[in-house]
Parts: sequence; structure tokens; C-alpha cells
Amino acid sequence: MPSVCFYFQVHQPFRVKKYSIFQIGNDHDYFNDRGDGKLNNGKIFEKVARKCYLPTNEMMLRLLDRHPEFKISYSLSGVFLEQAERYAPEVLNSFYRLVQTGRVELLSETYYHSLAALYSFDEFERQVAMHRALIRKFFGVTPTVFRNTELIYSNEIARYAERLGFSGILAEGADDILGWRSPNFVYKPKGTDTMKLLLKNYKLSDDIAFRFSSRDWLEWPLTAEKFARWVSEHNGNGEVVNLFMDYETFGEHQWESTGIFDFLRELPGRILGHADNDFKTPSEAIAAYPARDELDVLRYVSWADIERDLSAWRSNAMQEAALGKLYQLEREVLSSGDEQLMEDWRKLQTSDHFYYMCTKWFADGDVHKYFNPYDSPYEAFIAHRNVLEDLHIRIKKVEVI
Amino acid sequence: MRVLMFGWELPPYNSGGLGVACYHLAKALCKKNTEVIFVLPRRVDMPPQDFSILFADANMRIRTINSPLVPYITSSLYLSFMSAEARARLYGNTLFEEVLRYGRQAKKIAETETFDVIHAHDWLSFPAGVAAKSSSGKPLVVHVHATEFDRTGGQGVNPLVYEIEKWGMERADKVIAVSNFTKNMIIEKYGIAPEKIEVVYNAVERPDDPHGGVRSPVSRHKSLVLFVGRITLQKGPDYFVEAAAKVLARDRDVLFVMAGDGDMYHEMIRKAAAMGISDNFLFAGFLRGSELTALYRSADLYVMPSVSEPFGLTAIESLQCGTPILISKQTGAGESLTHCLKVDFWDTDEMAAKILAVLSYKELGQCLSEFGRREIGKFSWDRSADQCITIYQQLTTT
Repeated sequence: MPSVCFYFQVHQPFRVKKYSIFQIGNDHDYFNDRGDGKLNNGKIFEKVARKCYLPTNEMMLRLLDRHPEFKISYSLSGVFLEQAERYAPEVLNSFYRLVQTGRVELLSETYYHSLAALYSFDEFERQVAMHRALIRKFFGVTPTVFRNTELIYSNEIARYAERLGFSGILAEGADDILGWRSPNFVYKPKGTDTMKLLLKNYKLSDDIAFRFSSRDWLEWPLTAEKFARWVSEHNGNGEVVNLFMDYETFGEHQWESTGIFDFLRELPGRILGHADNDFKTPSEAIAAYPARDELDVLRYVSWADIERDLSAWRSNAMQEAALGKLYQLEREVLSSGDEQLMEDWRKLQTSDHFYYMCTKWFADGDVHKYFNPYDSPYEAFIAHRNVLEDLHIRIKKVEVI
Repeated sequence: MRVLMFGWELPPYNSGGLGVACYHLAKALCKKNTEVIFVLPRRVDMPPQDFSILFADANMRIRTINSPLVPYITSSLYLSFMSAEARARLYGNTLFEEVLRYGRQAKKIAETETFDVIHAHDWLSFPAGVAAKSSSGKPLVVHVHATEFDRTGGQGVNPLVYEIEKWGMERADKVIAVSNFTKNMIIEKYGIAPEKIEVVYNAVERPDDPHGGVRSPVSRHKSLVLFVGRITLQKGPDYFVEAAAKVLARDRDVLFVMAGDGDMYHEMIRKAAAMGISDNFLFAGFLRGSELTALYRSADLYVMPSVSEPFGLTAIESLQCGTPILISKQTGAGESLTHCLKVDFWDTDEMAAKILAVLSYKELGQCLSEFGRREIGKFSWDRSADQCITIYQQLTTT
């Protein structure tokens, strides 16, 4: 009796504008690109809202209405919600209506969609608390299940989440951490007492997120009927099929012309057409199924790239330097008491900035190029690194005053 | 397959990339069992060179034509040394007469040789290629390393040169461009059909420099920024000087070195002096071989601010030595390089900002160098020769 557990990641970073060394000391507005390019946060948000958030939310509302058994979950980053409020309040409103159905669960994450878990537990804890407060403010609910940025996970991160009071956590179902095991069961993270772990079924998830429109794929075109059949094949050998993906899959990564919305419209009905199937949110899945085994994950896993590790954000000297410098400033930034400084410092922590600096394009890479708003990883580094210099100067000024 | 190739002066007598490119391409073709009859101009009063030793390949035969033609020659340059040589009365009175005379001589060679295809490099040899085609009836490939628009930066295009280029490309059965940048120019400015043009990149011959990435400081300054190329409009030396002044306004501990020679040499010396940066600006003259390699290695950054650069071999040479590159967006090599910094040649603020970024953040130069060096592996004469052979085969079987 496989339950289908949908989780969609909804996130937009504050992209750093093109910022040259000559601006250091003179320009403290790092995120206010107003051009026609790919760094204008407001324009991008409005575009994605039009192509993805609004039509997909509308369809989800209709599907929830039509199928009382249908359930989904989202993780909405704090920087996404901030931008939604600023650039497209109707998006915020439609998410509110979704949560009001009672069948849409919101997950917890770091407000700034950051890599803080890798650098500073204190900062990580603060950002989780900020996110919790924001979700409560906008939606009146409190998340109980945690997902870390880009599904970055290890035993240690599971322990962090447990310490912060969460009952469950999400991770990538990478082959090497599972070994002979299946991702379609609930597990217990090693070193935790009551935590439960849900693992992404990356094959089925990526069939939708990445392969859906690929004409080179033998299964193209993917129909809802076919996909529902694949899910049902887990009947008897799995308890929960976790379909985790970026929400922008609908309409933004897979354009409307690929038929992705038709697929989505039909999918819940097709899945429910098999009597043994149902839908569960992450907290329901955790409550419904016992942990079948303990999982010991010593390395960091994530859902990025074929490596499913940290290399998308931490594999070259520029990324390490930028991250190192950023977290090195933590104590000074916090003790400055300057709210704007703290906010800017945190916006610079969003993982996307370091993803844009990634140089491993050639093995895996066109994905990186496609998602990079800068002309090259070097341009991304220069802008971010120059901004950090400016931030550093601001800290010193506060100290002098 | 036997190729009648109209090439240019060979290293070490070259004055730029064209001779180097012809030489390496011919050598790579011979290695693949393609016979090459390599025809090149050579003045009788020049020191005798043992080409057979230079090539040392059984598949290669050298034929020379007595002519003072050299790559990058201009009408005025031709006239300036013709006055001294006019006595010989061997050569044409003007550059154009000489180019046509060279073509007639080429025809005589074509009539005494047997071959399957003709391959001519740049406009000075196009009349030779066309003459050989009309006497032999064999297919002609013209190889465009630079157009008149590149050489002049689009200003003061010589209509006669343009006519010969266009006429050569039209008469040819196939046009090889050294980049898509050049291919587009051939389509737009010369009206040649895109299907008729193939892109074959240049490459670097030497194996990876084992000392690449090892800096060898040459000055008391903290950092060194390098320009290598003919000091002429096409290469944008003036933008380099302007960017240098902007960098130095912020950081005095940088030495700028300009290596090369050319018609703007004295103008650049004056410009550096007028901008008050002579103490931080060195003119190294025309360098080659180990001296040039040492200079590449001692630099923190190589800058190629070309106004119009069909390929840009020096950028690849720099990366081979482990030195990161900042190149203008108007370059052919740049279209397939991702691990480099790019800037519009006229945007000297941005150029200075990027130079300063490389000098300020060592991880930036480190990544550009490491990944850039790896990336140039895609440019190989071996691969370029394969592409030429495919073109020859298509032309000779149809």
C-alpha cells in the first residue's frame, strides 16, 4: 500500500547585482539590479509567478477540491516569501488558500536557504527560528518536519534537527547511503532518538522534474497513466514513495508547451485509480509508518547533480574562499547590532550564490550553465566577493561609531 | 591525398600567428599521411633556411616563389621597402601587382605538380590559389585567418584588399574560418553562403608546459599584467594602457608589460607617459620562444583587449603557461572558452575592475588558471587536421 508523498521546494534567491571593485565603499544596495537581464530579482519573480506559481497553485487548489484524498507539502524559503510579498502578493495569497485546505503541509527550512548547517550551528538555529516565525506570521501554522537546503543531509544534520524539536527530516535517497535498501520506507537517522527520515525516490522524482520533456528518453512521452502504474508497482515492496522536486518544474523548467500541466492535472486521479494507493504529507507518513531500519550517513548527501554531494557549492577555491570569508564575519556582523548589515550578510548566505560559482560544468554541467544568471562562475564570484569587501568595510564603520 | 598548400613564412621568421598556424596545420596533415606541397614566398636575399630539416617529413615538399610578400604587409609598408629593392625589378610595383604576380608564379608551380586539392591561407595567397584552380581544375579551399575588417578594426577598409578577399572566397569551393566569429563576418561582410563555410579552430602545438602555473617574478612589483601581440589597432593596445591607468589609480604596486612591435608602438609609449604611468609600464619589444614563455609565466594575468580577433592564439599560449586570461568579447578563441574573463574591448572601467579582482582575490586567478589550462585541451592541431581532411575528401569525391 504505497503512499505518495509530494514535497515541492519553492525558492528564489536575492541575486547579487553586477558589482565591481570600484563600487566597494560607495554602494550598499547589493540586490537591486533594475536591468532587463537575469539579475533583476523583481522581474524574475514576476515571470516565474506568471509561468509557474500562479497557474500551478490554481491547479493544485482545483485538484485538492476534486480529490479529497489528495495531499501535498511545500517548503517555502524565507527569501521566497519576502519576494512574494514584495513583487507578487497574489502568490502569497494563493499559497495561503492552499494551506487553508488543511491538506497542504508546510515544512521547515533555513530562512535564507543557506548552508549554515555546514558552518555554524548557532546561525543555522537562528535561521530556522526566523523561518518558523515567518511561516507562523503568514500562514498561522508551525512546521514539524525539517528539510535542509538542497536536501543536504548527514547524521549530524539529523541530530541538529532533532535538537530543534523536529520529528522528521527529508533527504535524497542516494544509492550509496541506501546500499541494498529501498528509499520507499521510513528510516531512523543514526544517532537520533525519535527522528524519522523520508528519502526521495530520485528515479521517479527525476522522471518528472528532469526527464519529462526529454525526447531522447525511451519513456517519452510520459503520461499520468504510465507514471501511476510505475508508482503502483511498489505495492508490496514499499510503504511511501517520496516525490520531491523543485516547484518550478511546473511551467518554468518544464514549459507549459511540454504538456506538464496536463500531466499534473491527471496524475492524482490516476494514482488514486489504484485502490491500494493514497497520499500522505511528510508528517502523516512519519506517523503512519515505523522506521524499518537505521540509516548511518557519514558523508553529506544532497539532491544536486549526479554526485549528490556538496560539490555544486563547495568544489573550487572560489566557493571555499567566499563561504569561508562570509562565515568568518559572523561574530562581527552580529555584534554590530546593525539590522540592515545582518540582513545583507544573511542574504549573501543563500546557497544559490555558491552554486553560480561552480566550475564543474563539463561532466554534468549544462544544468549549471542554464541556471546561472551570470555569464560565468567567475563573474558570480567577483560580484559576491566584492560585496563581501563592502560589507566588511561597513562592519568596521559601525565599530568606529 | 595530396594538397597544394599556399602558406606563409615559418617560425622562427614569423611575425605573428599566421605563419605558426600554417606550419602546424601542414605538419599535422603530413602525420596523417596527407602529402603536402607547401608553397611559400621567399626573398632571394634572405638567409638560406633548411626547410626540409624544419619539416623533416617524407610527406612534405617545399616549393618557394621569389617574392617579398610577408603576412600582415600593407601597401605602404610594401612601398617603403620596394624603393630599396626596386633595382632588382623582379617584383610588382605595388603590393597588389605583387600579389597578382605571385599568383602567376603559383600557376606555373601548379602546372608542374600533381595534386588533389588546393588550400590557400589568407588573402595574399588567394590569387595564387585561384590561379592554381583555373589551371588544374582541382577544388580550392581558402582559409581565412583574418579579414580586412579585423586588421583595420573596420575603419579604413582597403577596397582592393576587400575585393581580393571576396573574389577568393567566391571562387573557392570551401571557405575555412578560424572561428564562428570569423564565419559570421564572412557571411555578413562578404556575402558568402553559410553552408560553404566550415569552422576549424587553431590550436597549440607544444605539449602542456610542465612549469605552467609556476610564477617566476621578474619585477619588484607585487603583480604583473601582460599584453602580447602586434601593437596595432586590431589588438587594442590603447585600451590596455587606459585600463592600466585605472588600475594604477587604485593600486600602484602593479607592473604592466606590453610585449610586441607594431605601427602604434611609439604612440603607446607616448600615451603611457602622458597618462603618468611610465614607471609602471614596460615595453618589452617583440619576444618569442623561452623569453616569451618566461614572461607569460611571470604574469598574474594576460590581457587580450582586441578590437577584432579572429582567433587569438596568444590567449591559448598564456593558459598553457598557467596564466589566467582576460580577453575581449570580440575574439574567436573566446567563443569556446568558458574559463576566462571576458569584457568588451572599449569598456576599460570593466577591464580595470576585472584586473583588480584577479590581483585582489587569489582564488579567482587560481581557478581561472587551473580550469583554463584544462580547457585548452580541446584545441589540437590533430583534430583540426582531421577536419581539413574531411573537407578535402568531400570536395574530391563530389
